[in-house]
Amino acid sequence: MWNYVRIAVLGVIVVLAAIAASFGRDLAYQVHMVIVMLVAGGLFLWQVRRADEPVGVPDTGYMDGPVRAGVIATSFWGVVGFLVGVVIAFQLAYPGLNFEWAQGYANFGKLRPLHTSAVIFAFGGNALLMSTFYIVQRTTAARLWGGNLAWFVFWGYQLFIVLAATGYLLGGTQSKEYAEPEWYVDLWLTVVWVAFLAVFLGTILKRKEPHIYVANWFLLSFIVTVAMLHVVNNLAIPVSIFGSRSVGVFAGVQDAMVQWWYGHNAVGFFLTAGFLGMMYYFVPKQAERPVFSYKLSIIHFWALIFLYIWAGPHHLHYTALPDWASTLGMVFSVILWMPSWGGMINGLMTLSGAWDKLRTDPIIRMMVISIGFYGMSTFEGPMMSIRAVNSLSHYTDWTIGHVHSGALGWNGMITFGALYFLVPRLWNRERLYSLSLVSWHFWLATIGIVLYASSMWVTGIMEGLMWREVDANGFLVNAFADTVSAKFPMYVVRALGGVLFLSGAVIMCWNLWMTVKASPAKAPVAVPAE
Amino acid sequence: MSSPNTPKDGQVETTGHVWDEDLEEFNNPLPRWWLWTFYLTIIWGVAYTIAYPAWPLISQATPGLLGYSTRAEVATEITRVETANASIEQRLVDAELTAIATDPELNQFALNAGAAVFRTNCSQCHGAGAAGVQASGYPNLLDDDWLWGGDIEAIHTTVSHGIRNDLDPDARFSEMPAFADVLSEEEIAQTADYVLSLSGQEHDAALAAAGETLFLDNCASCHGDAGEGMRDLGAPNLGDAIWLYGGSREAITSQIVAPRNGVMPPWTQRLTEAEIRAVATYVHGLGGGETLE
Repeated sequence: MWNYVRIAVLGVIVVLAAIAASFGRDLAYQVHMVIVMLVAGGLFLWQVRRADEPVGVPDTGYMDGPVRAGVIATSFWGVVGFLVGVVIAFQLAYPGLNFEWAQGYANFGKLRPLHTSAVIFAFGGNALLMSTFYIVQRTTAARLWGGNLAWFVFWGYQLFIVLAATGYLLGGTQSKEYAEPEWYVDLWLTVVWVAFLAVFLGTILKRKEPHIYVANWFLLSFIVTVAMLHVVNNLAIPVSIFGSRSVGVFAGVQDAMVQWWYGHNAVGFFLTAGFLGMMYYFVPKQAERPVFSYKLSIIHFWALIFLYIWAGPHHLHYTALPDWASTLGMVFSVILWMPSWGGMINGLMTLSGAWDKLRTDPIIRMMVISIGFYGMSTFEGPMMSIRAVNSLSHYTDWTIGHVHSGALGWNGMITFGALYFLVPRLWNRERLYSLSLVSWHFWLATIGIVLYASSMWVTGIMEGLMWREVDANGFLVNAFADTVSAKFPMYVVRALGGVLFLSGAVIMCWNLWMTVKASPAKAPVAVPAE
Repeated sequence: MSSPNTPKDGQVETTGHVWDEDLEEFNNPLPRWWLWTFYLTIIWGVAYTIAYPAWPLISQATPGLLGYSTRAEVATEITRVETANASIEQRLVDAELTAIATDPELNQFALNAGAAVFRTNCSQCHGAGAAGVQASGYPNLLDDDWLWGGDIEAIHTTVSHGIRNDLDPDARFSEMPAFADVLSEEEIAQTADYVLSLSGQEHDAALAAAGETLFLDNCASCHGDAGEGMRDLGAPNLGDAIWLYGGSREAITSQIVAPRNGVMPPWTQRLTEAEIRAVATYVHGLGGGETLE
């Protein structure tokens, strides 16, 4: 019965998408509708072919299929995102790389949102999906709720990524930073995200452990808050249902405020709370040590999620935003310093009594440096939110350096650690293919980040000082182009840092591939969920 | 499962819960330095919101005890500079344009101020070094090849009113017609080769010879019989090998067929008279400035 409903629904979607594609008013919309039509058509055929297959016995045990798929997707999108990052870093240093033949598709303006979204939402998002599905099952001793809903979440999210990425290249963007996808892509992500929340909450509700482990608090706050942020910031009225353009419901400074409320909490709840959830599982697991302090985890969790949500206005100092909102944003950001550091302390101190592992276990080393970068950027962030500091740092490359010490250092490294942890377990291998390749990855990535962050500090502070430099009569000393040419050597250093980071990730992919392919299988030990 | 981490690490115990075989949590207290730093930031935060505008009320926010405002801060800064420069700016506005260069103090101020105005407003098109962008229609201001005149008064007029814009009725205006409708393809090729010959570039002598009459009939009224140009019309000199839209055969042909007519905005609406005089002085002093006859 259900099979026939599904076939009918898919058939209707194919027809509607075909109609929408033929009436489409712009290229991005047409291409997207063709993609939707092909995906729905493929699923339609697949459903028809297996409509008469007998219903199998429901699976028991942990559902690791979507986690395995998530591992592959995370590695794939990671390399794609880093590669695009390297390309645009070189484009900034050598503008000639904005090739004439690729104008309108592969120039910096089109590739930059592709890079940020690929890294944050494709690489980071898949890392969060796979970790959430893995962690929530292990810490509740229950199979994922909802049957194949987890597969829907996984593939639905990949479709979102493809629609977002192709949309940017074809000019389908609503011009909100980190929220560029247009209205129908936003609606689709909302559906996928609600399904994600349902899988997560359903699993928590049928848990067999009486207590909910700390990682799950962070993961839940991440899923719920991101849903709220996404919906509010993307409120918009489409110009036509046959076009990608839409008009946001907020305007002027309200629009700016909503955008940065969203933008800053994308950092706070996507890249911080979600990844802290990963940290709280993978670090004690890999270190084989208990978490340092239960008390600290409670206090810093509630302080963090209460304070983060107010910090957005610090992105709008010295703008049309009223002074009072800017003050509050700054004050909440500074108070956020210690709650952020609570996670760092809990992560690092978990290793007390096991510090020797830093010498022997490159995966632990990766996780520790990740927590180190987390601590550094959560100190730098509150400092940069102070109005006087911000008047120097804002709009400069310092911000770019800050973001990357967080994204490459904290999010990247903890994800690499998680991937190294997961692959042998998910594919039932005794060990990783090569630990020395993990060490290579560690050093390449670390040196890459150091080159990146330090070059951006130097160039950011230099450009901030050059912009504000006035002579005795109050006249500006430098033209904007003077600061651009002064930054050239640092741009080259930054791009080289990116190359190192990318090479590390490629080495990781090779290592993970060889682990699955060539590492000896683990002796079979049945581990039932029950 | 019972905890394998019973009190061997000093006195600290775990909470007693175990997840996924070996996940546990110690019951360590909050680190003191962490807690006190947290308290301190909260106290500082409360104090800061009392001192600065912060809490939104019904009709407006609390102004803060210090009376701070970012807008007032900027206004104070601008007033300070404006007051300091007021008298010399007045002198600049009152002076004869030609007399600015003869007053060393005034000249120095105008060059400084003009350079700042140029970097902020003009360098986007003319380049930070004022060398223009060759062949893209942004004239080089360092040489002595002027389209509309290179003495201080001509430059002052160009900056004030701009060129071929709809915003200022006094803008300099001229328009090169499109010759695609007037001349045949062959005639255009002949004219282009004749123009190439004017600046002594490589050209086809036969074509150029045929182009001479065409040039005299169609082009000379603006560009002059010898292609020397005419400043009243902003018609470029074609004999000096300095090109606004490129000097290759293709570029010259394209300009004859479908001419580009460059636009410059008027600056009276954006800059004060003192700033316009300053930037005119700066551009005049870049190297190609001419003296009034």
